[in-house]
Amino acid sequence: MKNRAWPAVIVVGIVLTGLTAAHAAERSAVAVSVQEFKFAPPVLTVRAGTTVTWKNHDEETHTVTSATGAFASAGLGHEEGFSETFTRPGRYDYFCALHPHMKATVIVR
Amino acid sequence: MDSIDRRGFLECMAWAGTGLLWTASGGVLSSRIVSPAAAAEARAESFRFAQVSDTHIGFKGQANGDPTASLREVVERINALQPAPAFVLHTGDLTHGQKAGAFDTIAEILKGLKTERVFYLPGEHDVFLDGGKEYLERYGKGTVGGRGWQSFDYKGTHFVGLVNVLKYKGEGMGALGEDQIEWLAKDLAPLASSTPVVVFSHVPLWAVYPQWGWTTDDAGRALEHLKRFGSVTVLNGHIHQVMQKVEGAVMFHTAMSTAFPQPAPGSAPSPGPMKIPEADARRMIGAADVTYVPGQHPLAIVDSRLG
Repeated sequence: MKNRAWPAVIVVGIVLTGLTAAHAAERSAVAVSVQEFKFAPPVLTVRAGTTVTWKNHDEETHTVTSATGAFASAGLGHEEGFSETFTRPGRYDYFCALHPHMKATVIVR
Repeated sequence: MDSIDRRGFLECMAWAGTGLLWTASGGVLSSRIVSPAAAAEARAESFRFAQVSDTHIGFKGQANGDPTASLREVVERINALQPAPAFVLHTGDLTHGQKAGAFDTIAEILKGLKTERVFYLPGEHDVFLDGGKEYLERYGKGTVGGRGWQSFDYKGTHFVGLVNVLKYKGEGMGALGEDQIEWLAKDLAPLASSTPVVVFSHVPLWAVYPQWGWTTDDAGRALEHLKRFGSVTVLNGHIHQVMQKVEGAVMFHTAMSTAFPQPAPGSAPSPGPMKIPEADARRMIGAADVTYVPGQHPLAIVDSRLG
């Protein structure tokens, strides 16, 4: 009867692997695009521990600058990026220091 | 405003052949062209200076792959002007986002200007990373409290350079701040109202297009102190295109960038660099050549394009 147990083990294994992959994606692969002087999405909700990566698709330089000083990128040129890992829940408003009308928010749960 | 004669208002000028000449008398645009005889008479007392703006050293985009090359061309053109400009004003954004080495590069290029002196003001691209530390270390000497603002007199004309990018946060427009406005009031106080005044700053001191941040929040308070003067010329940069406006005795003018053009207000989704071929962009970049002729208080501004 030993053989009968295998399919169950395999199924459980697949489910676990799937869960782990989904979880990892949620934690590590969240991207924000910077294009036409806008952050997209303007409001991003992530779980604590998530690393958010911004990429600037404009020829103009932009920054990702926290309104409270929690984080700040350097000037990002065309196709340059910046990453920040959010460990604590809360609301993080940020803007572009060069074009302060560019505003957006990361909400960490 | 007095009536404007379009023939007198628009006049093609040499340099690239597509420049625009306009004159102002007593701060109001005038249809009158200075006759050659009158011009010769006034030549001894008159002077000219050049305005360079938004050199954006470190930028690389479709409209310009090498802003150092276009700036070198502008320097050559300025050096070829006869008579030579007394000085040059740089109205900010020397660098593109304070790119490493950009301040050194522009210092090296502008050493080539055959002029007595270059006066500088910062743009937001020069100060946003470090609050103006590097800029002021290099260019703050001789300015008010080392903070970048300045004034000087040249042949009876009073020049005031204002910094409106160091409080460039929050709502996204330029601002001068209380200290600077107080200083301006004191700086102007001893002057006779007949003194021609030239004010220069990076972000326009008028509401060009607030939606893109093309305005200075507290400019109105600074302009209050300039109201009593018969001739005020305001020279700005920041918007990478020529725009002009007359309000009472105040003439506002913005210069082109030497690096890349930006779209007309509201004509594009964003104010980012125009993505056009370099050959087309050359017709939209350049510098301004300003001539002051005493007597009628006219300031003639020629915007000269590279292409």
